[in-house]
Amino acid sequence: MGELHKLPGYQVSQKIRNQEIFAEEYISQLFERIDKVDLKINSFISKNYESVLLKAKQIDKKIKNNEKLGSLLGIPIGIKDNISVLGLKTTCASRILQEYVPPYNATVIDRLEKQDAIIIGKLNMDEFGMGTSSEFSHYGPVHNPWNQEYVAGGSSGGSAAAVSSLQVPVSLGSDTGGSIRCPCSFCSVIGIKPTYGLVSRYGLVSYSNSLEQIGPIARTVVDIAMTLNAICGRDSNDNTSASSSASAGIDQQFEYKIDSVDGILGKNYKVGIIDNLIDSSEYQVKETVHKKINLLKEHDFSVHKTKINYSDFALAAYYVIATAEASSNLSRFDNIRYGFNYNPEGYEWNSYSSHVRSNFGEEVKRRILVGSFVLSAGYYGKYYLKAQKIRKIIKNEFNKLFKLFDVLVLPTMPILPFRIGEKVAKPLELYNLDIYTILSNLAGIPAMSIPAGFSKEGLPIGLQLLSNEFNEQVLIDIATFFEHKDKFNEWIPSI
Amino acid sequence: MDSKHMTQTESNVNQLDFDSNNNNNVNDDVKSYENIKIGLEIHCQLTRLETKLFCGCFSNYRDIQPNGNTCPICLGLPGSLPLLNKKAVEYASMICISLNCNIPEKITFYRKNYFYPDLPKNFQITQYNSYELSSIGFDGLISYYNDKAELDNTGKSKSKAVRIKRIQLEEDPGKIVHEESNSKINNYCLIDYNRAGVALVEIVTEPDFKNATDVRLFLNKITNIFEYLGVSDPNLEGAVRCDVNVSVKGGKKVEIKNVSSFKDVEKSIFYEITRQKTLSMHEISVKSETRHWDEKRKITIPARTKEEEDEYKYFPEPDIPRIVLGSDYKVRIKENMPELPIERLKRYVENHKLSNHISDILVNNKNVSDFYEESVKIYNSPKEISNWIVNELLSKTNELEKDESIGNKSDKNRAFNSQVTPRQIADMAKLVEGKSINRNIAKEIFDKSIRTGESPLKLVENLKVEKIQDSEIIKKYIDEILSNEKHLIEQSNNNPNVANFILGKIMKKTGGRADPQLTLKLIKESIRHS
Repeated sequence: MGELHKLPGYQVSQKIRNQEIFAEEYISQLFERIDKVDLKINSFISKNYESVLLKAKQIDKKIKNNEKLGSLLGIPIGIKDNISVLGLKTTCASRILQEYVPPYNATVIDRLEKQDAIIIGKLNMDEFGMGTSSEFSHYGPVHNPWNQEYVAGGSSGGSAAAVSSLQVPVSLGSDTGGSIRCPCSFCSVIGIKPTYGLVSRYGLVSYSNSLEQIGPIARTVVDIAMTLNAICGRDSNDNTSASSSASAGIDQQFEYKIDSVDGILGKNYKVGIIDNLIDSSEYQVKETVHKKINLLKEHDFSVHKTKINYSDFALAAYYVIATAEASSNLSRFDNIRYGFNYNPEGYEWNSYSSHVRSNFGEEVKRRILVGSFVLSAGYYGKYYLKAQKIRKIIKNEFNKLFKLFDVLVLPTMPILPFRIGEKVAKPLELYNLDIYTILSNLAGIPAMSIPAGFSKEGLPIGLQLLSNEFNEQVLIDIATFFEHKDKFNEWIPSI
Repeated sequence: MDSKHMTQTESNVNQLDFDSNNNNNVNDDVKSYENIKIGLEIHCQLTRLETKLFCGCFSNYRDIQPNGNTCPICLGLPGSLPLLNKKAVEYASMICISLNCNIPEKITFYRKNYFYPDLPKNFQITQYNSYELSSIGFDGLISYYNDKAELDNTGKSKSKAVRIKRIQLEEDPGKIVHEESNSKINNYCLIDYNRAGVALVEIVTEPDFKNATDVRLFLNKITNIFEYLGVSDPNLEGAVRCDVNVSVKGGKKVEIKNVSSFKDVEKSIFYEITRQKTLSMHEISVKSETRHWDEKRKITIPARTKEEEDEYKYFPEPDIPRIVLGSDYKVRIKENMPELPIERLKRYVENHKLSNHISDILVNNKNVSDFYEESVKIYNSPKEISNWIVNELLSKTNELEKDESIGNKSDKNRAFNSQVTPRQIADMAKLVEGKSINRNIAKEIFDKSIRTGESPLKLVENLKVEKIQDSEIIKKYIDEILSNEKHLIEQSNNNPNVANFILGKIMKKTGGRADPQLTLKLIKESIRHS
């Protein structure tokens, strides 16, 4: 008793299905866990206890009545607070949206609920997804479960930390330039940023529309695959979703499977090692990644060194595109329908607007300013257009690489988790940390971060896997291989 | 710099060989034509679409309680995404084809970023051609006067045309509602988002117009096209709106916004030309500015300073992937397009053998033309039917218009429709062509038919049945007259016309129903016997 929170989602779901435990009982235990642990982690912004209990009871009833049961039966899922859930506050960790309650569900929420998952609450993050450390939140920073003086990574810090600290088995994050993978790496859990268009963005509060995707975070590859299966696929509410977009031309049911290790080895995957990016990482990261590469070699994967050019241009391109889109996306928060009860007396239109918009956090303001600048008079060609060109170059480079390799391996983050507060005043240093993760966002390809090991200080290190678009199965296979060999699903912080 | 700009646009205009002598407006000062440039930006709502441009809310927002026609998408709620209405692209393409525009193989939507309370997202999803030619239409040319010239391709010099710079598809903003008409005493305003997201086609012309009359002709022409295409009902309030650019030689371009009716478009042009000329006369330079049309005072007033074009921070809308229309798109749309006025005109002239003049009158109002089509279907005599419609029906409608000072086209249409059905017109044509009745009687029957709504055939029938052929009845009439006017009997001895005079009286009394031959015979008998 009292240990259910340690189980991965698929195992709990099995027990509930087999009526070994009640969903209600399990949920109650999780609440206890959350109440105890989250004081130290700060991963939740809002919890949905009442309706969650109701939902759990419904599920128990469904089972009793022999009704049709969904694939995520009884699995509680935490949702990053930039994904709209009907009737639940969706603040984006921003002061400006602190009272905003969406009147509709994001497509991913509808799909999770259809599979009988339970939306347990909303998770902390960097405001509007802008950050690499989950420190830029109106609700305070997220603490790393492995060492609470350290950042959890960002921007989906709450989503990764809640899973890592056994508060929820599965969560959803969003990834614009590494926002799922970075905190997964820092908190030692698995997270995937799917191919652009694989998962509907309908209901995800846009930061940078052309870069971001929603993806699952979990402690086991099975949970990742099950959740991804539930949320992926064409959505008529998103013109950029797969197969509704002309370029993808895919109209299939996506379904990812967990293969046996032998089965995976039998697929003869060709692995490319992004040598130049491994080399430019901190030495402990470098060492850990090399250990993983050696593991691959030991199991007769075909492993070859390769490199990615233009990664420094990519970073610049990423920040131009992301901030440009962000500046436009966030302009709707003008206090006419969101925000505060500010008396306009004594203001004219512009001064009232800037008064209201001063409520954005520092990092958001910074990005709105940069974005407005790159789009302004005469600079479009110099910045935005050039950034799009770089984007094409990066995409072409990946196209070439995926003719040679099935999967590319590199670190998720170039450094170890850092102390809370250490880099808050150094935005450029923070931006530079995104250099390995933004590549897949620019190219629209899937990318996964899996636990790779720990530093001497006991801080987690993540391994990043990239594959060609709509080839998430390769990532799941390689992750399954490492999970089997390393048993990283058993690496649990002692919180 | 300014002079360079001027010569450049002037040379553009010179490429067109319009004949301004052919202008039929005597009010305008002919000599000043070359000095005036007028361009238009017309916004036309695609009112015939069922749903808005990017969501499932109704296109017809009128008469719905404020903010009752909204959803997360058109309200721009966080996380909502625009879903392009494909039908809107088709409708916009039809407009482009009718105005002889090019349609690119790929179209792109752009965000136009500016803060305004009626704009739910604080950007408008629109199209933009500065970075690539990707708006739904560009480089068109449409004649708006003397379509015949367009038709036979011979007398081009006699027609007038305007170049279309571009056509773009975009979303309409919401509406700001002031409860008090005097904005100074309002301490709040309300926003109604019911209109937000309605599909709008913006048509931008080159500054090829020289006077207000031409602008009116053009506006009539294109609103007629909208109706023929079935994409928009221009009679709906706010469905077609117009911004006007006016410049006189030596001055900068002035944009007039907020002109809500076509009559006011003309008035605002007259006002603006006069204002600008007066300024130049006093050697005050006309500065580039945006002015508002004050509907009540019928003058233009300076508006808030217009933001520079580049301050709109345009960039491609990331939520709507570029739409590949393909090279055969135009052909496919054209195939399924309703008949255009110009095509109908051609058919009337060539197949129905109607005159240009008559065809023009019919075609210029879709309602009238459709009425004609219906009538011809019932009785196939284009000449006779067009004659009844143009010479009888329309002149009556016009009288009605004058009498009751019916202002707009929709009232006129209503008046037109309520009067008579195609069946009645077809019957009239049939009666006249079948020589059942002569033209004068036919006109009377027609009048009666319009008044009573009864079928002309039935009226004629009744007329025959009611003809008085009973000698006793006629005799009574004769006796009555002769007893009242005894002198007639004496006069009849030396004046043979007296009999006819009496006949006339009887016809008048009986409303022409007395059988004339029988009556005359009886009159003569009566006189003789007296």
